[in-house]
Amino acid sequence: MNSSETTAVLSASHLQLVRQHKSVLNDISLNLKAGQIITLIGPNGCGKSTLIKVLLGLEKPDSGTVTRRTGLRIGYMPQRLSLDQRMPLTVTGFLQLARGASHERIGHWLDRLSIRALAQQSVHDLSGGEWQRVLLARALLIKPDLLVLDEPVQGVDVQGQLELYRLIPQLRDELGCAVLMVSHDLHLVMAATDEVICLNGHICCSGHPDTVSLDPAYIQLFGARQQQAPIAHYTHHHDHQHCADGHVEHRAPGKDIL
Amino acid sequence: MNLFDYWWLMPLMAGILLALVAGPLGSFVVWRRMAFFGDTLAHGALLGITFGVLTDINLTLALVLGSVLLALLLLPLQNRSRLSSDTLLGIVSHSTLAIGLVTLSLAQGIRVDLMGYLFGDLLAVERIDVLWILLAAILIAVLLFWQWRALLAITVSQELAAIDGHPVQRLNLMLILLLALLVALAMKVVGILLVSALLIIPPAAARSLARTPEQMVFLASATGVISVLLGLWASFHWDTPAGPSVVVAATALFAFSLVLQSLRDSRRSA
Repeated sequence: MNSSETTAVLSASHLQLVRQHKSVLNDISLNLKAGQIITLIGPNGCGKSTLIKVLLGLEKPDSGTVTRRTGLRIGYMPQRLSLDQRMPLTVTGFLQLARGASHERIGHWLDRLSIRALAQQSVHDLSGGEWQRVLLARALLIKPDLLVLDEPVQGVDVQGQLELYRLIPQLRDELGCAVLMVSHDLHLVMAATDEVICLNGHICCSGHPDTVSLDPAYIQLFGARQQQAPIAHYTHHHDHQHCADGHVEHRAPGKDIL
Repeated sequence: MNLFDYWWLMPLMAGILLALVAGPLGSFVVWRRMAFFGDTLAHGALLGITFGVLTDINLTLALVLGSVLLALLLLPLQNRSRLSSDTLLGIVSHSTLAIGLVTLSLAQGIRVDLMGYLFGDLLAVERIDVLWILLAAILIAVLLFWQWRALLAITVSQELAAIDGHPVQRLNLMLILLLALLVALAMKVVGILLVSALLIIPPAAARSLARTPEQMVFLASATGVISVLLGLWASFHWDTPAGPSVVVAATALFAFSLVLQSLRDSRRSA
């Protein structure tokens, strides 16, 4: 790994944000390196989406700084995007509006995400899972250095969720980009992420997903419910780490990657 | 040019020019749910007329200035959707109309063709009006064409457009100012009370037949032009008021598009 890959694509230090006399973000610092996948996790209203907006520069923090690498290309897949029914738009037409869109790139990502058949369909006729893939394709068109996914599996069935989470590390390897994800279910994202940040206004705990799932702060926040999640068996795969250059590093369990 | 030519040529040109640019601008109004906003601009423009009458400046200029000023005042409303903006727009819309009417009636010794402004007086359109409309139409068409993709992008999602580096606020401002300009000039043709009909009905009629935004805009402009032709023709034949006749024609075309749509849907499901 050379030094340019280890420099942060995005870093935040001591972010504070107060909205309507309520602290939304409290002393949040994080560092995202090229090739790294970080997942933000936390209950509803914990400030996940707000933090994403601050990191993307859509909202200003009250204090603290966000540093994006100069010339950073960001691909953003929003939590939901409801298009007005009165605007007729095909999938291709929608993708053409994205920065960096070209005929070749649109074709490439339609094929890569197996949605070529949707190209000429109206965006209003898509299922939840199809629409998510179109949004993901849109985020990838820009050839992102940083891919930001806000709850990428909302409205997608469980099979689709697993497929999408399997896809994300592959995309990271193909593009060499950093990935910042938001999720509310740790067990689903375990295999797809290098580091988990557990958020509840402040950072409760962070580290390798296995570590976080055993952290008292995490258990207190989510209770035992998620401990018995139906897909909990997914966790046992995770005794290794995918490095940016594609090789797999095995680690002793519990060792923090921070 | 004989007198007969003069009479039908100017209203026709004004109507067609307005309908052509109302197609794309009206489509944005429909897509961005700004219908009430357009209404408010039109109602508030009566204050512009009052101002023009009292200060004795050119009335068309006063109209344009009035609605542009109102648009600038209302711009922040667009971004604050949590604030019940339809209520606020309703208050501004009707109070400006009422204040305009009251002030005009108080202005002593000045006679203004109030009905002309409320319902439009297409047949009274003169060369100078057509010139204004032509210049505005060219400006609107050029700016919309130049920023077409960016405007579509901010309409689809302001957030994604901002991340893609589009100057979202400036584009919003541009769209609203163009809308104010069109509303001010269309007033002479269809009147304060029917201006937003000209903006909304043609795109609504075009919607069901279009598959892309560009098709919708093209069909909306075409619907608008046909409405103007039909409305003026009806106005000449039956001596009906021209502006309302144009709106009635547009509504008939909208109803026709609904019939077409249901025919197509039933064929698809069969």
